[in-house]
Amino acid sequence: MTTAFTDKSGPFTHAPTSVQSTMATVLVALLPATLFNIWLFGWPALFLFAVTIGSCLLLEAACLSLANKPLQPAITDGSVVLTGWLLAMSLPPWAPWWVACIAAIFAVVLAKHVFGGLGQNVFNPAMVGRVAVLVSFPVQMTAFVPPHPLFSLRAPGLIDSLRITFGGGTLDSMTAATPLGHIKTELSRGIPVGTSIQQVPDLLDMVLGFHGGSFGETSALLILAGGAYLLWKRIISWHVPVAMIGTLFVLGTLFHAVSPDRFTSGLFHVISGATFLGAFFIATDYVTSPVSKQGQLVYGIGCGLLTWVIRTFAGYPEGVAFAVLLMNALTPIIDQHVRPRVFGRTRKGDPLPIKGDK
Amino acid sequence: MLLAVGSLAAMGATLGAVLGIAARLLHVEGNPLEAELQDLLPGSQCGQCGYVGCAQAAAALARGEAPVTVCPPGGKAVAEKLAKKLGVTADLSEHEDTGPEYALINEDLCIGCLRCIGECTADAIIGGPKQLHTVITDNCHGCAKCFKICPTEAITMCKVPVTLGTWHWDKPQAVAPAEHMH
Amino acid sequence: MKLFPVRGGVHPEYRKERTSESPIVALPLPRALYLPLQQHIGAPAVPVVAVGDLVKKGQRLADRGGSVSAPVHAPTSGRIAAITDFAAPHPSGLPQPTIVLEPDGADAWTDDLPSPIADPLDTDPAAIRERVAWAGIVGLGGAAFPSAVKLQLGTERTIDILLINGAECEPYLTCDDRVMREHAAEVLDGARIMARALGAARVVVGIEENKPQALEIMGKAALAAAGVTVTAVPAQYPMGSERHLTQAIIGKETPARKLTADLGVVVHNVATARAVHHAVRFGRPLLARVVTVGGGAIKDARNVEAPLGALVSDLVSFCGGLSRPPKRIVNGGPMMGQPLPSLDVPVVKGTSGILALTTEETNERPSQPCIRCGTCVTICPCGLVPVEMAAYIRKDNVEAAAKIGVRDCVSCGSCSYVCPSHIPLVHYFNYAKGHLNDLDREVRKRDHISTLVEARRSRLEKQAEAKRAAAAVRKTQEAATTDSEARA
Repeated sequence: MTTAFTDKSGPFTHAPTSVQSTMATVLVALLPATLFNIWLFGWPALFLFAVTIGSCLLLEAACLSLANKPLQPAITDGSVVLTGWLLAMSLPPWAPWWVACIAAIFAVVLAKHVFGGLGQNVFNPAMVGRVAVLVSFPVQMTAFVPPHPLFSLRAPGLIDSLRITFGGGTLDSMTAATPLGHIKTELSRGIPVGTSIQQVPDLLDMVLGFHGGSFGETSALLILAGGAYLLWKRIISWHVPVAMIGTLFVLGTLFHAVSPDRFTSGLFHVISGATFLGAFFIATDYVTSPVSKQGQLVYGIGCGLLTWVIRTFAGYPEGVAFAVLLMNALTPIIDQHVRPRVFGRTRKGDPLPIKGDK
Repeated sequence: MLLAVGSLAAMGATLGAVLGIAARLLHVEGNPLEAELQDLLPGSQCGQCGYVGCAQAAAALARGEAPVTVCPPGGKAVAEKLAKKLGVTADLSEHEDTGPEYALINEDLCIGCLRCIGECTADAIIGGPKQLHTVITDNCHGCAKCFKICPTEAITMCKVPVTLGTWHWDKPQAVAPAEHMH
Repeated sequence: MKLFPVRGGVHPEYRKERTSESPIVALPLPRALYLPLQQHIGAPAVPVVAVGDLVKKGQRLADRGGSVSAPVHAPTSGRIAAITDFAAPHPSGLPQPTIVLEPDGADAWTDDLPSPIADPLDTDPAAIRERVAWAGIVGLGGAAFPSAVKLQLGTERTIDILLINGAECEPYLTCDDRVMREHAAEVLDGARIMARALGAARVVVGIEENKPQALEIMGKAALAAAGVTVTAVPAQYPMGSERHLTQAIIGKETPARKLTADLGVVVHNVATARAVHHAVRFGRPLLARVVTVGGGAIKDARNVEAPLGALVSDLVSFCGGLSRPPKRIVNGGPMMGQPLPSLDVPVVKGTSGILALTTEETNERPSQPCIRCGTCVTICPCGLVPVEMAAYIRKDNVEAAAKIGVRDCVSCGSCSYVCPSHIPLVHYFNYAKGHLNDLDREVRKRDHISTLVEARRSRLEKQAEAKRAAAAVRKTQEAATTDSEARA
């Protein structure tokens, strides 16, 4: 006997939050770093950005219509734009367009829609896309260039940029290694960290971002600012970033103290590579991280630990993407076993004892 | 090579032995499935399923001889639970679900023949020969055996009404089904 | 006074400005009063009047229906027009037995009222409890639990603190605020009387920080009363929840399935305390209550002292009527209030607010898929995991939701309030709790039927056994007779 008034139960008021506003805030937080990097690497970076996000949107529309789901609000709520944005930030800025497209296919079609669409994916789509192309096209994915700031003499013009992104083939003579990559290569050649670290940009440059790398690896400072903005807006909480960065820093410092020639310092780990991007924007992805705060701490520690292990011992210089994906696989288990304590009950679930009870 | 073959053979033998011992030690007597199925049935031994009692119906279900819709008084709810327990998909779309019911005797038509009292396995009908019969609704669970036997069709099966005390919210509607793009 | 932190909760926009500054206005007597026999938790009351009877104000119309029940009194003098089924102020729209009283306009009191209890702070606690029971007082915060039964907790347990709930954490509602501002002395007197009934040494009044005038006025009044402390509590929804307010004051969590009384605290609403004052000091039963009529679709929102049984439509017209079609009509506050099917339902003892909310105010949107943001987990004041419970319930696995604690949910609405995907989480939990109750009832019924079936089976077997035994006896007797006949 329901009327129009009683077709649903309360509450009958709502906070002014929505999926769209949340996604928009994250994009705003990413904007400073993105604009800086587009300026740093010139027009090819902008084209790559556009191609990545564009292909993500097209693929999302295609998947939704194949699944007979409505295009609104999925297309305009910003979630796939965010995926594409983060994916673009993890690619080398002068990568060819087809690398971006293939990465988008892996990210949107495989990692997101095959699992059921928004909210159903187990693995972070941007990271799946990046890892898939990293493993399949290692040459293109490790061809980093040093900065070619826009409007400077070194920057390629519009036509050159179009050729770089769409013409195929990067000019080998312009490539340069990232700081992490350089140190790893030197270590494999037997050159200790103490020496090779002199050849990478100093700490200040790394923080400010004037060095080669993917979008997200440069400019730790701007990413950190974006992360602080997200914290202030209460989009993310401190648990994952602090746990991840903290673990990475602690492990780095410990091992560097033990053997400075084999292990880089904690501070270097924290400001190089995609640590800040990973800690504030990638590991904090809602869908693939645990829902409880305690679970997020465990997750963050795991991400930090795995990042350090992969960077130090494994074949790839940058470990954030792999670490995040591995921890994504553990998120359901963390959620099952790490839950908040229910009001009035012990951790085991029994009612709290009253003083004086036997 | 010998080392590889030998070690694999040893591992296989050990694991096989462990499995065999476990099968002996952890053996489960009987089929607990039957007891679980019986728990899901109403338990009033009304016999409408065609079996003597609920235990026998449960045994038939466990053997796979009876369909999940075997219990008429249980209705759709019990059929769904049985299907879930047995892990089968049941097409219940045709099944008319009347909800919980109780029997009501129309006093003008009752002739006091005692037949319904004989049918009721839960003693929910009281009355004497040539006296008016009446149903104790609290004890009636709607198996409808009395309804089928009454010679004057004096019994009707009525839906148990929802009261302020038993009403609750329905499950929220899922997100509106997708309309095709065009 | 030292306060303790309460986990979780939300901070909705309070929207109390429209009604918090306007004083309480009495509703003129409507044409008819509709008094349901059940305005409380427990057994419905039993009528002691008949259709056509002339009754006076305060006269008893219905007696308690059991030990957990409350009587109903005539809010004014008049004639009993009917005792019939009438729509309940409930989302189901189901009817319930209701006494319909037509006022005669004289508003004449009955002579049958008991005399005031002299020196209630020194008197036998049982006398106070009896008076509260006689007056039909129930929890006026909305729960409507018979207060006399709650006051009995002092006989079974040691109660240290009577906690008076002046939090009023729901948006829009200001009835308790105005009662505290305008009748502080009455509230505190009633509180001290209840403390006497419970044997509690201390009275603490908890008022949310967003009511500075109430804090000031009550604080001043408390100076004159011994053993009463007035304290501000953080304006955090759901601070008005009994268990959470108790935690804020004494720092202990009420164990699951137990009462706050097990921690030595009993909580009562400010309006309930005021009603106890009237019952004990003046011998008057509960006849009216203050209701906040508000929401964007009400023309002149205000606090109305309405006689019980007035229709919601009477209150709404008194407040200028609807300025536009509302999206929802809510009984109570917007967070935990129940939607009403129409305006033609009565105001009862538990009606703290009538809100006609507009579409903008309710901000309802179609629900989108869950993005697992975890905000619901962060803010749940009961430490539950709404996202997981709702996922189970959506897949019809209510038992799994029960395992992770859906029965511990108090339906405060905080999770639904913050969900960015506008998923109706609390609606899922209300459905689940109802469904679990249905299952429990079914199990109880099945056990009951099984007992009956078993009893019948053993009775029939005994009868058959007796028959067999009798037949056997007859057979031996016959054999003996034929034997003796043959021998003869």
